[in-house]
Amino acid sequence: MKLRFLSALKFVVTFSLVINFALSASLSQAAVLGAERLDVLYHSYEGGGMKIDGPAILLRKKATESVVVTAYYYLDTISSASVDVLSTASAYTEERNEGQLGIEYLHDKTIMSLNLRQSDEDDYFAQSLSINVSQDMFGDLTNLSMGFSYGDNEIKRNGDESFEEESEQYRLRAGINQILTRNLTASLTFEAVADEGYLNNPYRTVRYIDNSIPSGVGYQSEIYPETRNSFATKISASYYLPYRAALFFHYRYFSDSWEIKSNDVELSYRHPIGESFEVELKLRYYQQSEAKFYSDLFPYKNAQNYLARDKELSDFDNMTIGIGVTYSLPHSLSFGSSRSEASLQWDYIDFNYNNFRNPMAEGGVGNESLYGFSANVIRAFYSLYF
Amino acid sequence: MIKYIVRGTLLLALISLTGCASLSIEPWVKPYERQNLADPIMSASRHPIANMHVAHVLDAREAARGAESTEGGGCGCN
Repeated sequence: MKLRFLSALKFVVTFSLVINFALSASLSQAAVLGAERLDVLYHSYEGGGMKIDGPAILLRKKATESVVVTAYYYLDTISSASVDVLSTASAYTEERNEGQLGIEYLHDKTIMSLNLRQSDEDDYFAQSLSINVSQDMFGDLTNLSMGFSYGDNEIKRNGDESFEEESEQYRLRAGINQILTRNLTASLTFEAVADEGYLNNPYRTVRYIDNSIPSGVGYQSEIYPETRNSFATKISASYYLPYRAALFFHYRYFSDSWEIKSNDVELSYRHPIGESFEVELKLRYYQQSEAKFYSDLFPYKNAQNYLARDKELSDFDNMTIGIGVTYSLPHSLSFGSSRSEASLQWDYIDFNYNNFRNPMAEGGVGNESLYGFSANVIRAFYSLYF
Repeated sequence: MIKYIVRGTLLLALISLTGCASLSIEPWVKPYERQNLADPIMSASRHPIANMHVAHVLDAREAARGAESTEGGGCGCN
């Protein structure tokens, strides 16, 4: 696996050199790298029997006039007693550590970036690398971008030392961002993702009717296909309102080889209040159809080649309502001449499952009430611009 | 669909190689008319660390993936 990761790294570096050589053919007005900043965040997710929280830190610093380095650390402390866990296992706690290192290089109108990422849990170890290139063109009204990522994952099962599986993921993306008027920009993004290997969750089971036992329901491990290919298209628009406020719109369509199709649409609005405050409101709706091998209750054991009862693969929708406030701190509360901000964001998400029943509810096997839950997601963060 | 992305990538490289990117196309929104678009309130990546968290929360709970500006990742799915 290490060899595969290294050969992918070699491929990406070669790919980036070739693309950089190609893009450096164009000259004139320069693109710009984003601001130097430090963000420190506390995040919390609570809903459906899960509580996840922890800190995150993101640093973005210029190494030279044309090179920016980024470093990111993120910790999830997970305490889970979700419906999946409670129906077949016991509540658990665990941690996930994630680290990322990135470098961005600006050359004339081209920005290239390389990002390495690692995520580590007791039973899941993931590494990935991404390369992205973007180019301003046509009087800087248009920005074209493209990128490639490769990731490999080692999957283990706690309590079963002999269990060890792998999976790999390839991502290819391209996008165009266009200035349409002095107040409106729009973008179109495509991304194809291909997975190969062990794609199951090793703990999850499907349930089937078994009249030979008193409960009337038996459980067996999920079996997923070993490949999954998906394609997503997203259209976005940002509009500047005449009284200095901003309106954002996103729509994404997704489909995959497991026959899941989804649509999500998001509208958000950002509005400054006075000199120091900025309020952001968000409304998002997401809907997906179920995987072709999904069933809430199979008619018998080994009913088909592939079996899933993972609620993330079922037919469901969710609605998010979000609000955020950013406060520009006075210089007396900042460091030296740096500018800093404090932000608080809260999202309320309501999930409704249309073919996933709560096995712990009343009603008898297959007639329990449909499952649903709501979650509160909070982000409190401090941003320092230097 | 992957082939369209590959074709797009090659086209972008070709445009750059042939110098098309620096063609003197008259921009219909002049650089000095872009102050509204350059206002920080118009920035989709105004709060990058928050965007990364949002992407991670959704990635673990929805089947859709891809075409986001940030990547989620990891599991945390149970």
